[in-house]
Amino acid sequence: MSIKNPDAIVVGAGWAGAILAKELTEAGLSVVMLERGPERTTAVEGAYPDSVDELRGAVRHRLFQNMAKTTVTVRNTPDQTALPYRQLAAFLPGEGVGGAGLHWSGVHFRAAAEDLTLRSTVVERYGEKFIPEGMNLQDYGVTYDELEPFYDKAEKVFGTAGTAYKVNGQVVGDGNVFAPSRSDDFPLPALKDVYSAHLFRGAAKEAGYHPYSLPAANASAQYTNPYGVQMGPCNFCGFCSGYDCYMYSKASPNVNILPALRGNPNFSMLTGAYVLRVNLDDDKKRATGVTYLDLATNKEVTLNADLVILSAFQFHNVHLMLLSGIGQPYDYAKNEGVVGRNFVYQTITTSRAWLSEKQFTNQFIGTGGGGVAIDDFNCMNFDHGPLGFVGGSPIWVNQAGVKPIAASGTGGGHGAPRWGEGYKKGLVNTYKHAVAIDAHGSNMAYHDIFLDLDPTWKNAYGVPLLRMTFTWKDNDVRMNRYVVGKIEPIMKALGAEKYELGMKKYGDPFDTRFYQTTHLGGGAVMGTDPKTSALNRYLQSWDVSNVFVIGSNAFPQGMGYNPTGTVAALAYWTAHHIRTTYLKNPGPLVQL
Amino acid sequence: MKTFSLALAATLALATAPVALAEGLDDPDLVKQGAYVARTGDCVACHTSLHGRAFAGGLKISTPVGTIYSTNITPDPQTGIGTYSLEDFTRAIRAGIRKDGATLYPAMPYPSFAHMSDSDIRALYAYFMHGVAPVNQPDHPVDISWPMSMRWPLAVWRMVYAPKPGPFVPTPGEDAVAARGEYLVTAPGHCGACHTPRGMGMQEKSLAATDASYLSGGAPIDNWVAPSLRNDPVQGLGTWSEDDIALFLKTGRTDHAAVFGGMGDVVAWSTQHLTDEDLHAIAHYLKTAPGVPASGHYTYDPSTAQTLASTAPSNSSGAGIYVAQCAICHQNDGSGVARMFPPLAGNPVLQTQNPASIVNVVVHGGVLPPTNWAPSAVAMPGYQHALTPEQVAMVVDYVRHAWGNSAAGTVSTGDIRRFASVTPSESTAGWNTASNGWGFLHPQPYGEGWTFSPETHTGADEAQ
Repeated sequence: MSIKNPDAIVVGAGWAGAILAKELTEAGLSVVMLERGPERTTAVEGAYPDSVDELRGAVRHRLFQNMAKTTVTVRNTPDQTALPYRQLAAFLPGEGVGGAGLHWSGVHFRAAAEDLTLRSTVVERYGEKFIPEGMNLQDYGVTYDELEPFYDKAEKVFGTAGTAYKVNGQVVGDGNVFAPSRSDDFPLPALKDVYSAHLFRGAAKEAGYHPYSLPAANASAQYTNPYGVQMGPCNFCGFCSGYDCYMYSKASPNVNILPALRGNPNFSMLTGAYVLRVNLDDDKKRATGVTYLDLATNKEVTLNADLVILSAFQFHNVHLMLLSGIGQPYDYAKNEGVVGRNFVYQTITTSRAWLSEKQFTNQFIGTGGGGVAIDDFNCMNFDHGPLGFVGGSPIWVNQAGVKPIAASGTGGGHGAPRWGEGYKKGLVNTYKHAVAIDAHGSNMAYHDIFLDLDPTWKNAYGVPLLRMTFTWKDNDVRMNRYVVGKIEPIMKALGAEKYELGMKKYGDPFDTRFYQTTHLGGGAVMGTDPKTSALNRYLQSWDVSNVFVIGSNAFPQGMGYNPTGTVAALAYWTAHHIRTTYLKNPGPLVQL
Repeated sequence: MKTFSLALAATLALATAPVALAEGLDDPDLVKQGAYVARTGDCVACHTSLHGRAFAGGLKISTPVGTIYSTNITPDPQTGIGTYSLEDFTRAIRAGIRKDGATLYPAMPYPSFAHMSDSDIRALYAYFMHGVAPVNQPDHPVDISWPMSMRWPLAVWRMVYAPKPGPFVPTPGEDAVAARGEYLVTAPGHCGACHTPRGMGMQEKSLAATDASYLSGGAPIDNWVAPSLRNDPVQGLGTWSEDDIALFLKTGRTDHAAVFGGMGDVVAWSTQHLTDEDLHAIAHYLKTAPGVPASGHYTYDPSTAQTLASTAPSNSSGAGIYVAQCAICHQNDGSGVARMFPPLAGNPVLQTQNPASIVNVVVHGGVLPPTNWAPSAVAMPGYQHALTPEQVAMVVDYVRHAWGNSAAGTVSTGDIRRFASVTPSESTAGWNTASNGWGFLHPQPYGEGWTFSPETHTGADEAQ
């Protein structure tokens, strides 16, 4: 099949790609979207009851990257030899139309204002010396106030449910007291509390904290978004994370944006198109297009375009930049270069309370983004001065619907029998009567944590694998242990019969065998200094000005919140500046 | 209605000035007007094969005597209608006679088109000659065995059943809006081709609302039943407002209905492109057409929802299957979700005499065609692999009688079995609703399926 060269190429059909494709076609550009995986529509993939099959879905990774074709290699420290990540476990990159935006949970946060200016804020409050040695603490180069209209737009597109605290400076509701002011309320009211979240709300209040409803892109009521697409009301079936919502309740590119794009003659999407590289002209200042492998024919195809948007998953964006020679690769030994630098993740530990047998938490009920959280120990909302760490964690009950096979893994908790009658009893008791409380925290960037190309391993297409050098650092363990300690009063107020506090341990390395969120970030970060950032504040490559790189790869460090809301806001922010400035006068949007 | 009177005036003027007809046919405004007329007639849905090129023909149309295929109506001179003069074209549209003198199969609704206005036909001709890309694609020969394959009886059929071509005359006493609606419904829109029952000669039993059979519901087409469009409160549009009808035609979805089957093609390929004025004219006409005797009266029965909420019905009962498979979207009270999952309580589709549509949608699923005004392709999954024929029969019977629904008769397991083994035909988008085939619902001579049954695009194709 021959395809005409478009004005713009969008690599990846997830949230960032769908947003950019929508915005660029609205601006009159012709857009070709390239997706390595298959087409996925709710009518087919999401059809009930097949779509709620846990074995096929979460266990056999129906919507996730095929690790037999390509993966990453992982090591903890630069002196180790990295080996391929062959079994999906720690993090779950998506594949196919919708990407990770199809299998996500739906927690839809705005960044806290201080998250975006973390370095300046820490330095202002505690001085430069407060920053631990080896930590690359940076600002985003964009402020909350600048991003606010784009957070607002994304929420309206996603049909986000929540309770506002402040709108235009006025307190309007029982929302998060630490959240910055908004220009408008959430498009939908908050989801109802499941029983465990309801108990947590009361207990957190009793402990003196400030509980609020998690903002969720799981529709609390029927909704039609500004693109005219429809969402159904969530029924708390719990098949959100790892699944494609058959009720059209969980926001996804497939439900919320692509229906409005598919009929547009200026838009076309090619699936089974594995992008190998962005092609650059001779002086490497300008991209001419991309070359992809057509997986159906196994032939390489080159498409030319004036504008290239990299909107694949975080590490795929970094990988493509390294493979294409866009920007200077990070050299750990020399501490030079930017592509691969500031690779970050998310700290998460789960604590658990067991209630009386009269209190049924029924953990199979839930919704991916729903629940109740406190921000008392997130971001800069508490005094770090005597604590000696940077960062923080929200604490929440996010009962997202525990499926039976997953529940069998938890069993009766630590120390409970792992087989036999005792195991079964503990499993059932936990499934019916336990409450899980997470500390979902930040992860700072460090000099010796980075991404680069693996010197040994190649994928099925002959492309060198991306190598992760990653482990946990004391600053983040200290943060996690401090915050988890603050859960104890909540456990007491819950009247738990027993409880376990899950916290990170000093010296434990990153272990890829256990799920720890798919919230990978950084590696091609945004900023104001090309020596410490690969992208300018408009997510434009400093080096190749007709390449924009959209995703959590732009986060200089991992925030306590989930990334999707900020990815979507940054995507709209970038699109706005492409539409209003770049297209009129293509070239660098920031002059040095 | 100004447009309408202008059209009448134009008709009179043109009838006396044939020389001027051939001039200015490439006028872009006229071509554009013709494109709109083509939408009112939905030429494209039938004259495009599944996955085919627009207007190049080849869509399979089942009839009781064999299979025919729609023809190439692009301006290709070899295989299309490129050599047709305006007169040839007019004769084919209005009288069903080809350029070579042969009579068309009345799958082409020329008995309705007989009353299309001169100005509409002229614009339509301009569009087909100057606005449609020629496609060189020979017509597929008909698949009918002798003696039924002979063409001459078609001329006899035409003389017996087709009205004499002539100007459209609105029903006396109608307001101008209803008159425009009547014109659209009866002439280019040819709604009766599906929604009016056919007689022994496969002729539509009536062509005007003065007859109670007109638009009173047709035979199953591609295993979908075209329900009554008359004011009957149980099986027809009695409970629909004019706004409901207009919204349905524009978006394929209202608070209490979702389009399915062949009507999906009509919405996606035709009515979504009509002006709001025309959609309201159609709605106004349908709502002001002469009344018909009510087939019954629907009253919501709250006890169904109470029973479902307070008991745990057995999985081997219709109620149990409903709770496990259906209630998650359609709700215990049968109210559904507005514009997404249609309500089942009081839904005429469930209470229509012939259960084909509801059985079809349960077995093969359905999808709302994405339209310009509602782009979401909201889908109902097909249950052919999840439910046994017994279970399908149980749940269909259940929903046809729950919440106060009063459908006639029951569906037997045997009925379901006969089609359950038949797999749906190809479906690129995989929407599982493409033309499927069930033996017992196929058009049968002298039976309920005595009609022309074109394949359905919705679910298989994007609208063109």
